[in-house]
Amino acid sequence: MIEDDTPYGIGDAPTRNLNMIEAINDALDIMMSRDPSVVIMGEDVGYFGGVFRCTAGLQEKYGKTRVFDTPINECGIIGAAVGMGAYGLRPVPEIQFADYIYPGLDQLISEAARLRYRSAGEFIAPMTVRSPFGGGIFGGQTHSQSPEALFTHVSGLKTVIPSTPHDAKGLLIAAIEDDDPVIFFEPKRIYNGPFDGFYDKPVQPWKKFPQSRVPEGYYSIPLGKARKVRDGEAMTILAYGTMVHVVEAVAKEKGVDADILDLRTLVPLDIEAIEESVEKTGRCLIVHEATRTSGFGAELSALVTERCFYHLEAPVERVTGFDTPYPHSLEWAFFPGPIRIGEAMDKILEV
Amino acid sequence: MVNGPTGNGQVGHNRPSLRLHVPEPKFRPGDDVDFSHLAVTEPGAQPRPDESCEAKETNPLATDLVRVLGDDNQAHGPWDPRLGPDTLRAMLEQMALTRAFDERMYRGQRQGKTSFYMKCTGEEATSVAPAMALASDDMVFPSYRQQGILITRGYPLVEMINQIYSNRGDKLKGRQLPIMYSSRAHSFFTISGNLATQTPQAVGWAMASAIRGDSRIAATWLGEGSTAEGDFHSACIFAAVYNAPVILNVVNNQWAISSFSGFAGGERTTFAARAVGYGIAGLRVDGNDPLAVYAASQWAANRARANGGPTLIEHFTYRAEGHSTSDDPSAYRSAQERNEWPLGDPIMRLKDHLIAIGEWDEDRQTALDLECAEKVKAATKEAEKNGILGHGLHHPFHTMFEDVYQDLPWHLEEQAAQAIRERKIKWPQA
Repeated sequence: MIEDDTPYGIGDAPTRNLNMIEAINDALDIMMSRDPSVVIMGEDVGYFGGVFRCTAGLQEKYGKTRVFDTPINECGIIGAAVGMGAYGLRPVPEIQFADYIYPGLDQLISEAARLRYRSAGEFIAPMTVRSPFGGGIFGGQTHSQSPEALFTHVSGLKTVIPSTPHDAKGLLIAAIEDDDPVIFFEPKRIYNGPFDGFYDKPVQPWKKFPQSRVPEGYYSIPLGKARKVRDGEAMTILAYGTMVHVVEAVAKEKGVDADILDLRTLVPLDIEAIEESVEKTGRCLIVHEATRTSGFGAELSALVTERCFYHLEAPVERVTGFDTPYPHSLEWAFFPGPIRIGEAMDKILEV
Repeated sequence: MVNGPTGNGQVGHNRPSLRLHVPEPKFRPGDDVDFSHLAVTEPGAQPRPDESCEAKETNPLATDLVRVLGDDNQAHGPWDPRLGPDTLRAMLEQMALTRAFDERMYRGQRQGKTSFYMKCTGEEATSVAPAMALASDDMVFPSYRQQGILITRGYPLVEMINQIYSNRGDKLKGRQLPIMYSSRAHSFFTISGNLATQTPQAVGWAMASAIRGDSRIAATWLGEGSTAEGDFHSACIFAAVYNAPVILNVVNNQWAISSFSGFAGGERTTFAARAVGYGIAGLRVDGNDPLAVYAASQWAANRARANGGPTLIEHFTYRAEGHSTSDDPSAYRSAQERNEWPLGDPIMRLKDHLIAIGEWDEDRQTALDLECAEKVKAATKEAEKNGILGHGLHHPFHTMFEDVYQDLPWHLEEQAAQAIRERKIKWPQA
């Protein structure tokens, strides 16, 4: 793993080694203790502490009226959260898998995203929808999807995707504090440790990596700011979530001197960091796990082409999942892994 | 080779073929109307259980019809809210004002002053009476046909018209279709075009009030057609599970645009009866009887405020006019329906009651109607100073980009600059 230049301490705050689940739990704990208007709800989040343990211990600590289980009804979860936001609470609803967010889409798109606009600021939806997303876990069709492009297409929503425990905590705190509705997608493949795409190697736990050094107490990472994962000259790689670790490993293995940006927030996007990097390298590779057609990579590709055209030495390339539902047995044939990414790197560097 | 279903029902057995039932309203254009099949119960005959009763005790009331005002124009039975004459006259006035407002706004749309309008004619009691029964800071989550709430809560008519005309006085900055009002100061939630979405939101608001140990409750309204939406199920299940202090008002006006209530499941049971399955208190009331509507709303509000939980109220009424200014009801229903409707008109019934108890007369009614018309006319003239739709007096272009987010992100800043460039090219003098 190549060291990046992000400082992992915040001032003099002591740090602990946490995995992403623990970091998320820590962020929720801190926000619940700081702000009595923060409430957590979702399927199995209460007594049980969540199917991924992200809300473990919170009900016991803060009580049943602030951390509670809900009926299995995503429309109701999001709809009730909109109403709670209108009252003045700061709800953090959980959707158990991003694949199951669709019954709540009308409430998210037609309501949460538009509330501030259509009421000219009278009512807002200061909610953070947490949801595990992404594949690489043999989740099949309905436990692996990456539906971020559905949300980046919606005016009024912010979409955030962390790739490390350190960022997960800081970004989640910022998302909860943000007065706009935030979709917070947690790459479940890297809940317990980073995944570099070489699936036959054993997974290493987060504690072996510097990004798991999480400061104790409160800190936030501003939404809309990318993270420079690695400084390089040969090409810019734009990625987020699990794929940040995959592209880093592939670049290292191939000896490509890549400038890697972890976007962290898709909307609002850190366009300045992207422009600065592409103007330096003249080449751009975009990598995401989601399907290709109309995926977020298309937006990134268009922006880079429009704004950095005279600096480009090669066409912008996209490496993505295939345009199929997420398969079970053929998971590693679908996943945009080292071969697909490596070929794209070669192609970009050819010219 | 064919496996499985054999298609025409003639093969292999002598049972009758299956038939799909597609509901059909009783009367279509040109038909003579006879509503004698409607079971209109005797006013005063329905029991009034204690507000703290178990939800199931209300089950009989979910299929009955709570009525107070009889053909004799007197109030009857345990549901009589025993309101004083001043309160009754205030109620009459708000309903008359709502109707006068609708009349003038409808004409304004026909005159091209705005793009769209929706009347609530015949349903005035279902918004005015609940608004009077609730506290002024109880949060309401209305659909688009509860303008009577805003009027009753004293929202200025000029502001309503500004919104309808999308002019530069419009507090919603011309962003919303006419009648999609919003007024936080009047605890009136922003209206959405997406049906039934407000119902789980109302429940969430009520849950929040309970989480905070507040004393305010929430109330929501939706049409019987919208009860078919999944959101209504979500609202009911959440309301029941958390015993949320909320009132779910189903305004059954028989019609969802051109579809009669049978397409919302109204052929086989009442809408109030759905409460039974959720374990929610259910009341079915004569929606054209303002006293019955008031009494039911008061009952449900008291129940909610005492942690007794949610109530579903079906207001049995009739949509006397078209769905909207874009609708022509003569294309799908008999023109006689409105006049034959057995529950009459809510304003006439309250007026007749006040006259019957010696607190009103026809001359005062004529004066009231005139006064309401003048009030609306004056408000309209005032609002027109801020412009009418399409006549240039709208909000500045850059406001289109504001409030999408709390702060303007870079991509909206760029798009706002583009819109302003276009304005300078299209209207160099502006």
